[in-house]
Amino acid sequence: MKEFMKILLIEDDREASTYLVKAFRESGIAADHAADGDTGFHMASQNIYDVLVIDRMLPKRDGLSIVSELRRLGNETPVLILSALGQVDDRVTGLRAGGDDYLPKPYAFSELHARVEVLARRKVGTRESETSYRVGDLELDRLSHEVRRGGRDITLQPREFRLLEYLMRNAGQVVTRTMLLEHVWDYHFDPQTNVIDVHISRLRSKIEKDFDQPLLRTVRGAGYMIKADS
Amino acid sequence: MKRLRALFGTTAVRLSALYLGLFVLCAVALVFYVTAISGNLLRAQTQEAIDAEMRFLSRAYQTGGITRLVRVVERRSRQPGAGLYTITAPNGEIIAGNVASLQPGTLDREGWTALPFRYDRYTENDDTARQHTALAQIVFLPNGMRLLVGRDLGEPELFRNLVRRALVIALAIMGFGALAIWFFVGRRALQRIDRMDQASRKIIAGDLGQRLPVGSSGDEFDRLSESLNAMIGRIEKLNEGLRQVSDNIAHDLKTPLTRLRNRAEMALAASDTVDDYRGAMEDVIGESDQLIRTFNALLMIARVEAGSAAAELQDIDLSEIVTDTVELYEPLAEDAGVTLTTAVAPSISVKGNRELVGQALANLIDNAIKYSSGLPSARIDVRLERLAEGPTITVADNGHGIPADKRAAAVQRFVRLDDSRSRPGTGLGLSLVEAVMHLHRGRLELLDGLPHEEADDLRPGLAVRMLFDG
Repeated sequence: MKEFMKILLIEDDREASTYLVKAFRESGIAADHAADGDTGFHMASQNIYDVLVIDRMLPKRDGLSIVSELRRLGNETPVLILSALGQVDDRVTGLRAGGDDYLPKPYAFSELHARVEVLARRKVGTRESETSYRVGDLELDRLSHEVRRGGRDITLQPREFRLLEYLMRNAGQVVTRTMLLEHVWDYHFDPQTNVIDVHISRLRSKIEKDFDQPLLRTVRGAGYMIKADS
Repeated sequence: MKRLRALFGTTAVRLSALYLGLFVLCAVALVFYVTAISGNLLRAQTQEAIDAEMRFLSRAYQTGGITRLVRVVERRSRQPGAGLYTITAPNGEIIAGNVASLQPGTLDREGWTALPFRYDRYTENDDTARQHTALAQIVFLPNGMRLLVGRDLGEPELFRNLVRRALVIALAIMGFGALAIWFFVGRRALQRIDRMDQASRKIIAGDLGQRLPVGSSGDEFDRLSESLNAMIGRIEKLNEGLRQVSDNIAHDLKTPLTRLRNRAEMALAASDTVDDYRGAMEDVIGESDQLIRTFNALLMIARVEAGSAAAELQDIDLSEIVTDTVELYEPLAEDAGVTLTTAVAPSISVKGNRELVGQALANLIDNAIKYSSGLPSARIDVRLERLAEGPTITVADNGHGIPADKRAAAVQRFVRLDDSRSRPGTGLGLSLVEAVMHLHRGRLELLDGLPHEEADDLRPGLAVRMLFDG
């Protein structure tokens, strides 16, 4: 899927966008770039992109109005809004305008990359409706809340279950610590310390104890990924 | 001249000018009314007197004929007073009376003269004729002679002149009085406004310690000054906070920035292998992340303090927030060797912002773990309860605590008490919590925390309380 992924970056900062386009290309994502709101809106209207990454403050036309206009026209391409405004209410207004995700500046590229991948995958939209996930020999049943590996039951706390569920829904993709905090705890702040790491290591000990093959990997400088060796 | 124009520019003066104008108009109307009424009254009296005289003369004529009439007229003409008598022969010649000559045409018509007319009259003292005006009734006698009986209008004229003069004097007094009042009131107002203006200019020039003068009368100027002073006070406080923050930013961010630069420099100078470079770059990124965190925390505090998030306050379930947040930190505490206990009263909700309260509580628990880990039998107790003052979240630890006299300082931005300098953190945690509590109309309290079980003489740990309103 990665080979075909194509995104549009609407960002007026030349230096940042040059860097981002290059970084996306190196990670296998083709990125087009628009430097102002009008151009960006016209390019986005073609509906050929998997994800739109839109800066909130743009010349000619601001990011939020692009999103709401696209949505009004029935364009459902996932949108990630970038903004220097990172506070709680800004996120709310961003998502209300029709954005799917909101990333405050400054951010690490790994964070943006991980979120774009997740959004692109959501567009394909298969896993959301599945009732069970499977990674290698690990199975998670979303209805009965049962987790088993190699035929053996694994008992998880409710929060651990949600953590694993989110990781498995995005299996093969990097999820960052902030993404986990957002989706599992519904908090949007920077956890500062290694709270998430501790939860991950507990989960890891439960699903990997007594098994040879590791599933839950730490991606250095980015986050975590659950993946079976092929 | 400019001052005079300024004086007329003041509202007080403009208003009093308007009032004066209206008052003068009323006064003039009143005077005209009074003179008209009294004029009519006088005229009616005059006419009545003439009627009475005419009745008397006609009786004299009826009883004694023309001879008696002439005699009576002659006699009456000699009496002093305003009476006016004339008998003319059919050829128009005056044969009796006290009138020397009449305005031509006066005797042409019988009855009341339509308008006052002019005439010359003999006075008692000298025989020179003088011009007067009078009102009269004329009767044509059967033999072609004509009789005129009238009254001089000198008296009503005199009265009217008197009233007119009184009016002028009154208006003059009023005008001067108004000018004086203008001058007094307007100048006073102008002076006070000038003083306020001067103070404002100093404030605009940057002297926020300056205040507008407040008098003792408690009038509208004083009330305005007081409100403006309160506003300036608030601005000064905000400004002070801002300056302190920028000073602190300059001070506290220079250290990590310098460190960042040094690392990059060292990497350039001393790294040989790709791994060396990689390690150095990772350090640099870690250092930048810390800087970004500090900036974010600062921005967040500023935003929360400005109250811009207040619009988004909704009903939030504190019990759920406390449970969730404790659960988030529980494994971390356990790894740090800290026992985390909780007591959460069910379904307590307040108007608030879940994210901010969650983050504030996370900061407190994070701090408590940081400052009690490594101590023997380290303990943290998080509780949510409804106290008399309102819903309260308390995070208590048995760490090193903070001496009572340093607690106020601990809340200030960037203040990191000496024994915490060595630990990681932005130094903004408690400031953020305080700002969040302020936004929720609550407050932050620092108290004695949990006692140390094995050593009573040790300073107890720290307890931080988030007191909500309601």
